[in-house]
Amino acid sequence: MTELATPTRAAADSLPTETRLDVAAPQTRELSGARLLIELLERQGVTCIAGVPGGANLPMYDALSHSPISHVLARHEQGAGFIAQGMARITGQAQVCFASSGPGATNLLTAVADAHLDSVPLIAITGQVPQAMIGTDAFQEIDTFGLMLPISKHNYLVRSAAELLEVIPAAFELALSGRPGPVSVDIPKDVQNEIISVTDLPAPGVRAPDPVVADEPVLAMIERIQAASKPVLMIGGGIVYAGATDALRRFAERLDIPAVQTFMGLGVLPSDHPLSLGMLGMHGAPYTNLVLEECDLLVGLGVRFDDRATGKVAAFCPNAQFIHVDIDNSEIGKVLQPVQSIVADVGSVLELANRMLEEQRNTKWRQRVDQLKNDHPLDLDGKDELFRPYGAIAAVAALVDDNANITTDVGQHQMWVAQAYPFVRPRQWISSGGLGTMGFGLPAAIGMALAAPDHKTICFSGDGSLMMNIQEFATAAEHNLDLKVIVLNNNHLGLVRQQQTLFYEKNLSAVKFEQRTDFPAAARAMGMKGIDLSDFENPQQALQQALNEPGPCLINIPISETEMVFPMVAPGGANKDMIVSEKPDAANPAGASK
Amino acid sequence: MSVANPAILKLTVRNHPGVMSHVCGLFARRAYNLEGIMVRPVRDNKQLSRMWLLVNEEERLQQLIRQTEKLVDVICVEPHAMEGSAFEATQEYFV
Repeated sequence: MTELATPTRAAADSLPTETRLDVAAPQTRELSGARLLIELLERQGVTCIAGVPGGANLPMYDALSHSPISHVLARHEQGAGFIAQGMARITGQAQVCFASSGPGATNLLTAVADAHLDSVPLIAITGQVPQAMIGTDAFQEIDTFGLMLPISKHNYLVRSAAELLEVIPAAFELALSGRPGPVSVDIPKDVQNEIISVTDLPAPGVRAPDPVVADEPVLAMIERIQAASKPVLMIGGGIVYAGATDALRRFAERLDIPAVQTFMGLGVLPSDHPLSLGMLGMHGAPYTNLVLEECDLLVGLGVRFDDRATGKVAAFCPNAQFIHVDIDNSEIGKVLQPVQSIVADVGSVLELANRMLEEQRNTKWRQRVDQLKNDHPLDLDGKDELFRPYGAIAAVAALVDDNANITTDVGQHQMWVAQAYPFVRPRQWISSGGLGTMGFGLPAAIGMALAAPDHKTICFSGDGSLMMNIQEFATAAEHNLDLKVIVLNNNHLGLVRQQQTLFYEKNLSAVKFEQRTDFPAAARAMGMKGIDLSDFENPQQALQQALNEPGPCLINIPISETEMVFPMVAPGGANKDMIVSEKPDAANPAGASK
Repeated sequence: MSVANPAILKLTVRNHPGVMSHVCGLFARRAYNLEGIMVRPVRDNKQLSRMWLLVNEEERLQQLIRQTEKLVDVICVEPHAMEGSAFEATQEYFV
């Protein structure tokens, strides 16, 4: 059985610790693949790994116990993947998760795919059955290489312990270089147990140098922008990942260009910045999408023109030409054809541009934009009522400072937060954008709180999403993290209900939870605090107390299932065709339901 | 040839386990038919393999080439004429 220790592993375990840690004088040492792996991870600067042990990664866990690297025992491998993602999204560093073979690996897939779509540097290291058993349908054998292939930036099946010397630094370099992304490393158990002689360890893998940006294309871009009369910047996650926020702000301010932000780019411009036009697209503010109808040049900076942002592509910015700056060459021309593209690190482009450009004012265009902003504002209906979505979000935002990091699950609550939360800095906002994974929020919040213990972590969730990784309450409690989960609870799959209401003639199909979950009780059962604001005579005060008290806490806020996210562009529709209201259902008027 | 507008791609790839599935999988997942595949290690460099792909020329081919170039084990992708390609030389094996 795979669980039994093999003689080679016993030999590895008997190595004195001094030998393993002595790095001063180069000497040849005998190391198991598992010990080598852990040592290579230490050299990469990894300090915390989230994971779940099992039969096929026992040697890794044995070696990990001798390492200064700490471990977070998730309650499900998907949780482990999202905990590592939370750490990676907060720090920008590559972070590691561990899982065993078979179901351990398949459970990781969603978190890896999520990292792929949002360009997150995640290293997923899985145990595999011994090589001699691969292909025999062995116990807990699955084709991890084949499964990870289409959902990762790159993936490895390690065939010998010596290969780890190449693969581990390469995995980190790949995860961090260019457009970041997840790398999967599958290590058969015999490779983990194989003893090899190691003299020199390789240099840690780091982000490869970005290509040098030439002056000419940047100059040409500036000329195009200065020749435009209604230019708009579209800023995305690439700005966040490039650490180019300051450069972007200077660029926008000196050229006096208003900027729309993608879902992934929120926080790059503070929401109250005079040039900020908020989030564009499916749930963008009316003025945001209307400005794009009029603009004559859209400059995409670190964006991929996702369909939730563009709506129907043929109708997106109908009067505009496009400039596209992105580090990923395969993004150029994927969705729309730019008149100019620059394949480069967007931060380098903006810094170069800032040195070359001459300051300008776009007074006329700015006035028009301000007029659209005034005439077609985002209607935050109910923003003063605690038991309504915008009101709950506003209440939380007013009670925590800008130091708080914010994450969400996926659904209506996510869009309400994206629309209404006053983000002021990059990496303050962390959410599952591309894959839209319900269940992301709680484990991601755990990772965020672990990586940034001096910041309060707030996870807005919904009753549908929270159930999808609710087991991680126990992990949050175990580490006593300063993490608050705020459930906007309508006891429905709200965004599905909304689409059925708007697009399927109110034929509500499988969106109501007939068995209601008592979330505060569930939280308490797993060692967290849990409160329901509707139980309090002074719910505002209860919220304040719960937010201020350190430690993990679940805060349930009941809302009506008839609440909707507006505006909404129908999937596949043009962004100008925004649905901004729905007549309240007479049988179910909007308002808090308990 | 059964292809309406044949286009031939000449790839230099690392001679590495899994590189075939990375390349072929990329085309398959985008529902882009590979009409022909030939691959062998490069004669004087065992680290490298030469991969010949025969595909139908479509508008999105450029995008696919960019995505193929992004694969870690792919060193370069060059469009190639039928003349002088592996497919021209081997037509008699596919009757």
